[in-house]
Amino acid sequence: MSLLTVSDLTVSSADGRTLVDGLSFSVGRGHRLGLIGESGSGKSLTTLAVAGLLPPGLRASGTVLLDGTSVLGAPERSLNRLRGRVAAVVFQEPSTALDPLMRLGHQVAEPLRRHQGLRGAALKAAVLASLEEVALPARVARAYPHEVSGGQRQRAAIAMALACRPALLIADEPTTALDVTVQAEVLALLDRLATAHEMALLFVSHDLAVVGKVTDEVVVLSAGRAVRTGPLRSVLADPGDAYTAALVASARRLDEALGGAL
Amino acid sequence: MRRRVFLVTGIVLVALVLAVALVSLFWTPFPAADTTGGRLEGPGAHHLLGTDKLGRDLLTRLMIGARIAVAVGLGAVALGAVLGGLAGLLAGFANRWLDDTLAALLDILIAFPTLLLAMLVVAARGASLASAIVAIGLAMSAIVARLTRVLVKRVLAMDYVTAARTSGVSWPRIVTAHVLPNIWPTLAVNLALQFGLAVLAEASLSYLGLGPPPPNASWGRLLQEAQSTVLTAPTGAIAPGVLLVVLVVGVNLLADGLRDVADPTRRGHR
Amino acid sequence: MILEARDVGFRYPSGAPVLDGVSFGVTPGRSVALVGESAAGKTTLLRLLLGLRRPTSGAVLFQGAPLPTGHRAAREFRRHVQTVFQDPYSSLDPRQKVSRIVAEPLRAVGFTDHEPRVSAALDAVGLPVDAADRYPHEFSGGQRQRIAIARAIAVEPTVLLADEPVSALDVTTKVRIIDLLAELRATRGLTLVLVSHDLAAVASLCDETVVLERGRVVEQGPTGAVLGSPRDAYTRKLIASIPRLP
Repeated sequence: MSLLTVSDLTVSSADGRTLVDGLSFSVGRGHRLGLIGESGSGKSLTTLAVAGLLPPGLRASGTVLLDGTSVLGAPERSLNRLRGRVAAVVFQEPSTALDPLMRLGHQVAEPLRRHQGLRGAALKAAVLASLEEVALPARVARAYPHEVSGGQRQRAAIAMALACRPALLIADEPTTALDVTVQAEVLALLDRLATAHEMALLFVSHDLAVVGKVTDEVVVLSAGRAVRTGPLRSVLADPGDAYTAALVASARRLDEALGGAL
Repeated sequence: MRRRVFLVTGIVLVALVLAVALVSLFWTPFPAADTTGGRLEGPGAHHLLGTDKLGRDLLTRLMIGARIAVAVGLGAVALGAVLGGLAGLLAGFANRWLDDTLAALLDILIAFPTLLLAMLVVAARGASLASAIVAIGLAMSAIVARLTRVLVKRVLAMDYVTAARTSGVSWPRIVTAHVLPNIWPTLAVNLALQFGLAVLAEASLSYLGLGPPPPNASWGRLLQEAQSTVLTAPTGAIAPGVLLVVLVVGVNLLADGLRDVADPTRRGHR
Repeated sequence: MILEARDVGFRYPSGAPVLDGVSFGVTPGRSVALVGESAAGKTTLLRLLLGLRRPTSGAVLFQGAPLPTGHRAAREFRRHVQTVFQDPYSSLDPRQKVSRIVAEPLRAVGFTDHEPRVSAALDAVGLPVDAADRYPHEFSGGQRQRIAIARAIAVEPTVLLADEPVSALDVTTKVRIIDLLAELRATRGLTLVLVSHDLAAVASLCDETVVLERGRVVEQGPTGAVLGSPRDAYTRKLIASIPRLP
C-alpha cells in the first residue's frame, strides 16, 4: 500500500468555486513525486489538504490516506499523531514556519522533545546533529531567525521537519524565495537527505527544471485538475494536452535562451 | 451577508440618536430648565419617562444629552483627526531622528491617562462642553497619530510610490494621489470607533463632574445624578445608560460594516 | 553612453559599503543586465541610477552629465528614464483606475494629451482599451506587469530600468513579458537596463552583462562571453547553479 494515497480530492471555496477538482495520485514509501502547477492551479491547496491544514471555510471531499489513516475531516488529535512522524511540511517562506522570537536551536529542539522525549544533554546533542545534517554551523542554534540568511532559515525549517524522521516530506516551493546558488544547495540537500533516510518526497513547484533536480515522476496541475502524469522526460518529450504543451514550450524557451548563451 | 446586517443595524442605531439630537434643537417636551413637574415622578402620560429629583422632565434632558453626546463625538473626532492626522503624516514622512522623537512623544501622550489630561484642561479653561471636547480630542489625536504614522510608512514603502517618484511626481501630489486615498479607509474605520470611545469618555468626565456644567446635562451627568435614587427611580439611570449603549454599539457596528464597503478591491479576488 | 555609473560607491553612515567602485555604462539602444543575488547591491544601484539616492563616492551620469538635482531640473531626466518593478501587486496603486495609473508619468513630466497616449501605451503592451476603466485587482499578475510597462513607456522614454520584471511571474507569463520587452526594444529603440538574478531572462534580453557580488563588479562583458566562458569563480558558481531541463 502506498504511503500517501489521494483519490478524487475535491476542494471548493465557500462561494462554491471548485479549486481542486477530482485529483488522484499516490506516493509509495521512499518514492518521489513532483506536483507541477502555476498560480491558481490548486497545488498549494493540495499540499494543505494532504497535511490536514486546509483553512476553515473550504470544503474538501474525496480521500487522503496517509499511512492508512484518513486525513480529511480527521480530528486534530489523530492528525497530530501523523504530523512530524508520518509527514512533515516545508513551506516556500521559511519565516512563516519559524517563531521570530525563539532561538533556532530551541525551535529545532521542540519536535525532538515532543516526539522523541529527549531531554538535557541528549536533546542538545540531537539538536546539534540535526543542524549538522542540514549543513548549518552549531552557532546557528543560538541565533534568532532574523539573524541568519534566507537559505539558513530554510535549512533550519528542514531540520525541524526532519527531526522526527518523517516517512514523507512535503516540500511546497521550498526554494522559490531563495537565491539561485542557495537553491542549488538546498535542492542537493533535499535530494541527499531523502536518499539517506529512504524518505518519500512530495515536491511542489511551478518550475519544471527545479522539479527535475529531485524527482523523475510528475503530475501537472491546471485549474485544480491533473492534466498530465508520468515521467518528467516523457512529459517534456510528449506533453500531450494544451496546457502542459504551453508550459513545456515556455520552459524550453527559457532553457534554450540559456543554452544558447552558455 | 451578516456584515450587511451589522452595517444596516449600525446605521439605524446611529441615525436614531442623531435624529433625537436634531429634534432637540427645535423641540423638547418641556423647556430645559422647567422644574414644574413633581419630584422623581415615575413614567406617565405627562412626563413620558418621569422626572428627576428637581422635577425636570427626563425625556427632555435625555434629548439634550444626545445633542451633547453627538457634539462631543464629532468635535473630538474632528480635533483628533486633524491634529493626529497631521502629526502622523509628519512622522510618517520624517527622517529617522525626527520620527524617533515624534514616536516617543506619542507614546508618552498615549500613556498619559485621559482623565488626568482632562483635569488639566478643565483646570486651565474651566468645565465646559468645549473643555471636554478639547481634552478628549487631544487624547485621541495621539492614538490617531500613531496609527496614521504606521499607515503612511506602509504606503510609502510601496513600489507605486517609488514609481511616482521616478516619474517626478511631487511629494504633495504623492500625498493627495496615493497616501491619503490608501490610508483613509483604515483611518475612517478607526475614527468611527474613536467616536464611540469619545462619547463614553465624556460620560465618564461628566460622571466625575468634569463635563459641561448644569443645566446642560450629558448622559454621564444624568447617570451620576440618578446614582443616589437608583433604587426608588430606576428609569433615571436606565434610560441614559441604554442610550449610551445604543450609540456606542451603533457606531461600532457602523465602523465594522464600513470596513468592507470602503474597500472595493476586497470584494474582488486577488 | 546614455546612462553610466562611474566608480560608484555607496555606504550607510555606519556600516560596510553596499557598493564599492562600480563602473558600467550603456549606449543608446543597447541593453545591459545587472546580475547578482541578494546583498549584491542591485537594489541600491538601481536607486542610484534612478536618482532616488546619491552615491557616497563616484557619480551617476545621464548623457554625460551628473544626474540633475531639484524637482524641475530632474524633469527631463524623468521623462527619459522610466522604471518597471518586480512586484506587479505593490507597483500599482489599488485605488486608482488603470487610466490614472498610466497617465501619472504623463502628468508629472508635463504632457497634456493624456487620453490618446494612455490608449496607445495600453495597446502597445497588448491590453484592451477598456482596461483603462478598470482597477488593478481585476487583472492577473502578468496583465498587471503589462500595465506597469504601459505606465513606463507612456512618456516614450529612451531608457527603461527594469527591476526583476519577470521574477514574480509564472513561467508561461514570464516568457510573454520577456517577448513584450524584446518587442518594445526592437520597435522603439529602447535602451534597457535589466536588474535580474534570472539568467534566462538576461540571456533573452541583454547584449551585455555585469555581474555583481557583494557590491563589487566581478565580471562584465558581452552576455555571450560572460555566460558562455565566465572567468570569475562566482559567475561560474552562479551559472552552474541554474537548474536545467533534463
